Amino acid sequence: MQRTLKAGGAAPGKKAALSRKRAIPAMTVLLLLLTAAFLLSVTLGRYGIPLRQLMQILFGKLLGQTPTWPDTVEKVLFNVRLPRILCGMMVGAALSGSGATYQGIFKNPMVSPDILGASAGAGFGAALAILNNFSIWGIEVTAFLFGMAAVALTYFLSNFIGRNLNAVLVLVLTGMVVQSLFSAFTSVIKYEADPNNKLPEITFWLMGGLSSSTKKQVLMMLVPFIIGMIPLFLCRWQINILSFGEEEAKALGVDTGKTRAVLILSATLLTSASIAVSGMIGWVGLIIPHLARLIVGPNYKILLPASALMGATFLLLVDDIARTVLITEIPLGILTAIIGAPFFLYLLYRGRSTWE
Amino acid sequence: MKLDVCSAVCGYRDKVILKDISFSVSSSEILCLLGPNGVGKTTLFKTILGFLKLKGGSVRVDGEDLAGWSRKKYAQRIGYVPQMHTPPFPFTVFDVVAMGRTAHLDAFASPSRADLEIAADALDSLGITPLKDRIYTEISGGERQMVLIARALTQQPQLLVMDEPTSNLDFGNQLRVLKQIRKLAGDGMGIVMTSHFPDHAFLCASRVALLSRDGFAIGEPDRIITEESLRQVYGVDVKITTTPVGGGRYEKACVPILS
Repeated sequence: MQRTLKAGGAAPGKKAALSRKRAIPAMTVLLLLLTAAFLLSVTLGRYGIPLRQLMQILFGKLLGQTPTWPDTVEKVLFNVRLPRILCGMMVGAALSGSGATYQGIFKNPMVSPDILGASAGAGFGAALAILNNFSIWGIEVTAFLFGMAAVALTYFLSNFIGRNLNAVLVLVLTGMVVQSLFSAFTSVIKYEADPNNKLPEITFWLMGGLSSSTKKQVLMMLVPFIIGMIPLFLCRWQINILSFGEEEAKALGVDTGKTRAVLILSATLLTSASIAVSGMIGWVGLIIPHLARLIVGPNYKILLPASALMGATFLLLVDDIARTVLITEIPLGILTAIIGAPFFLYLLYRGRSTWE
Repeated sequence: MKLDVCSAVCGYRDKVILKDISFSVSSSEILCLLGPNGVGKTTLFKTILGFLKLKGGSVRVDGEDLAGWSRKKYAQRIGYVPQMHTPPFPFTVFDVVAMGRTAHLDAFASPSRADLEIAADALDSLGITPLKDRIYTEISGGERQMVLIARALTQQPQLLVMDEPTSNLDFGNQLRVLKQIRKLAGDGMGIVMTSHFPDHAFLCASRVALLSRDGFAIGEPDRIITEESLRQVYGVDVKITTTPVGGGRYEKACVPILS
């Protein structure tokens, strides 16, 4: 939270964009911050693992030494802490990367996986899958299908309604309609769910959190993470061009239909996989791309990796708060909302000139 | 380079807006499209640029039909300078200009050092290098128009299509943009532009196409823009005057009669 405010305040909008020369140092700093957050997160927790012990275990494992450390530490590290940290990093990067991408292809700085309805759609899909006892891969696929359906619905409805109107506003409002529609569907599922086992499971999962991260979930996140991230990285220059709108992008030589489809599919895959693994963690996909844009400028060549790095760092730190501040864990989704809501107000305040 | 439009029929879905349009533009020529609002200038433009499908006839570049061209090949030959717009993100001017290289990049690449040099040259040739690191959304309308021209030049096309390049500009900037357009044609670029001002056609067009509800006339500016034709097409009374501008040259201009 402290970080968020400081970075936002230090770069007042006007001179936000960095020259190309300063982009590499900025990326290095972001990478170092992520590394620091990673190391901090490993040591923190109910069962503290000092940095020196962590290094011992890691090098010991690599070199195949016989363990000189307690068995419990190793178990905590490999079965609990690392899976959670890896999941958190991937979820943070995935939500921020997909948020940045949505903002570019919908040429709208106010959209995010939440606002487009992707999160609500994926959340409904996942709740449906949990209710029907699907396997975790089944949850992931169902989440993706409904996430995709929600984005498509938002996109087509806003195109239909928004001809010649304020496109930024119409897309946001349509997204909210779709979002509340799918939330209502999710409520139906909760209503139907068995209050003794399924209802608590779904409710707790909807609040969002990484507490149930296991090795299996790391794998479950890793596969869609790689499949979704690669196209975003490969096409990140094209996202710049798409942000100028359909006709200009075509005139500049981009096959808009195909490129946009690939990007929407990839971003939605990242969003829905995150939701299948960690539940509803809102706001990250909106605030992190904005913060990244304030620091490295709007060029997606740098903005996309910067968003991913900052998203991973942000979620790790917020998750550290979630699991260490109180004796019982605070659901992560609640924390990101508490941090995200005021930040969004700040964005509204800063961007009010573009909201005519 | 030669663009040939042969008996083109243009329109949206099932609605035909223009038909029987034929003209050609070669290197170093400036064709200026004039006509009242709603007559189909934009439709014709979008058809030439391939945003709208031809409903009949053909559009060719050097004899090659454009129908089968990929967007990339299109963009390598034909550059587009859109009307003023506001992109959602505060890109630097240099980033915007570098985006002109997209058509020359491999599918997953970003501009290389050589590409960025081409972008820098485009800024230089228009005399707007000082704008390089400014934020595109924060510069003036005239400056933005120049940046869009620079971006199109970075594309290194042989034909430039400009949609009302002088709209929304103050008087001085309008003339500065026209001067640049004339210079580009002098360097060998073929240019198709639209305008609302017959005077601008007198100033820089080598040929004029006058679109009206019942026809399409094309030819030399002196022959096409007459008091008679302007009254017919725009429904207003205009006197055309000729003024010596020094060096034994004359410029024509329209003087509207409002009574």
